[in-house]
Amino acid sequence: MDWQALALTLKLATVTTAILLAVAVPLAAWLVLGRGRWLAVVEALAALPLVLPPTVLGFFLLVLLGPRTSFGRGITAMLGHPLAFSFEGLVVGSVIYSLPFAVQPLVAGFAAVEPALVDAARLLGASPARIVTTLFVPLASRSLIAAAVLSFLHTMGEFGVVLMLGGDIPGATRTLSIVLYNQVENFDYAAANRTAAILLASSAIALAAIYLGGRSRGGRRA
Amino acid sequence: MLELAFDVRRGSFHLQVECRFASQWTVVFGPSGAGKSTLLRMIAGLELSESSQPQRARVLLDSRLLTDSARGIRLRPGHRKTTMVAQQSALFPHMSVAANVAYGLRFLDRASQSARVEEMLRLVDALRLIHRRPRELSGGEAQRIALARALAPGPRLLLLDEPFSALDGAASDALLIRLKDWAVEHGVQTVMATHDATDALATAAEVALLHEGRLVALGPAAEVLADERERLQSRLN
Repeated sequence: MDWQALALTLKLATVTTAILLAVAVPLAAWLVLGRGRWLAVVEALAALPLVLPPTVLGFFLLVLLGPRTSFGRGITAMLGHPLAFSFEGLVVGSVIYSLPFAVQPLVAGFAAVEPALVDAARLLGASPARIVTTLFVPLASRSLIAAAVLSFLHTMGEFGVVLMLGGDIPGATRTLSIVLYNQVENFDYAAANRTAAILLASSAIALAAIYLGGRSRGGRRA
Repeated sequence: MLELAFDVRRGSFHLQVECRFASQWTVVFGPSGAGKSTLLRMIAGLELSESSQPQRARVLLDSRLLTDSARGIRLRPGHRKTTMVAQQSALFPHMSVAANVAYGLRFLDRASQSARVEEMLRLVDALRLIHRRPRELSGGEAQRIALARALAPGPRLLLLDEPFSALDGAASDALLIRLKDWAVEHGVQTVMATHDATDALATAAEVALLHEGRLVALGPAAEVLADERERLQSRLN
């Protein structure tokens, strides 16, 4: 068992989930509360990683963050090292790749909050931020949990983006998915079984927790 | 003093209203679908226009411009000193009655908030419900709490959209009289929409008659609702 890869994978999933929630909650609230044609464009962009092959996304990010673009050179000058083939680079790629898995449950949950409640809050002087913290988050808590768990699991099992953007550097970019790929490539099926079992069990436990949590609250509403 | 000018289309519905409500208590009377709720929501700033059709909207409260589409002025709902109670009480289900009533009182310290919450609940005869959750309230009780919540921040304009539909006749009349006295005493102008002629006749100093989005009459209740009063009297005889 590659404990270093497991620790790195958990660290990547935790950091990515924290950043995603910080980004996705205000973004989803804006998509629900806002008006205007630009919202459809933003919503489409946020959903794009769902249909984009991970290797394509990884390739674009590799080029964008590398020395071929002025953006990549600027980042390198700022950080002192390139983002590609680093843990920070993986975090950037993971956040973009898992964005729809955080945004979409939140949009569904926030949109299910009765508009009359939002109107009442607005009439009482609530700012959009207060509407989010006092209405959306408590009333759509199940969506918030679903967004966090889906983001975490999606990042845990990520392969294409990780391989393209991070390569296979032990302790820096070698995650469990990369370990599994290496084990299969080396015909070490016993080790591959154990690695796959960890990824499968973590997904199954987390999904069961979401559905059991939802049922104990007495409904199937997102 | 509330001055309104609307020429707004919503699909096939056309709201055309230009008037001045000078009375402290005005009733907007009309059948279902006349545009009463739309009118109140536009005054409150809740109906933001996304239509490409030309629209005109102007709302002036005590010489303060709340909406002027020609000049691109549209104060946000919470910045109009205007609150509203609708038929649906819309209480925040995860908060207690006290927290609901205190929601618009963030500008007060905790002690002042508590005092204000108690004062408002006493006004609507619901102080005994202070620790309950909305799911533990009847429809009428929820409407009383929604009214207390709307009054608590001290609005200059109170909009009521059939707010006592869940209360029985006697309770509704008693609350209306108490509310009217309080509103007059505290200088809160009130506009109440209803399709119930008895509600309109019971409280109105001024009635605006709305039909299919158009203002067809504005004046004292006894004049504007003369036909309705005769109809009610003939039913009683």
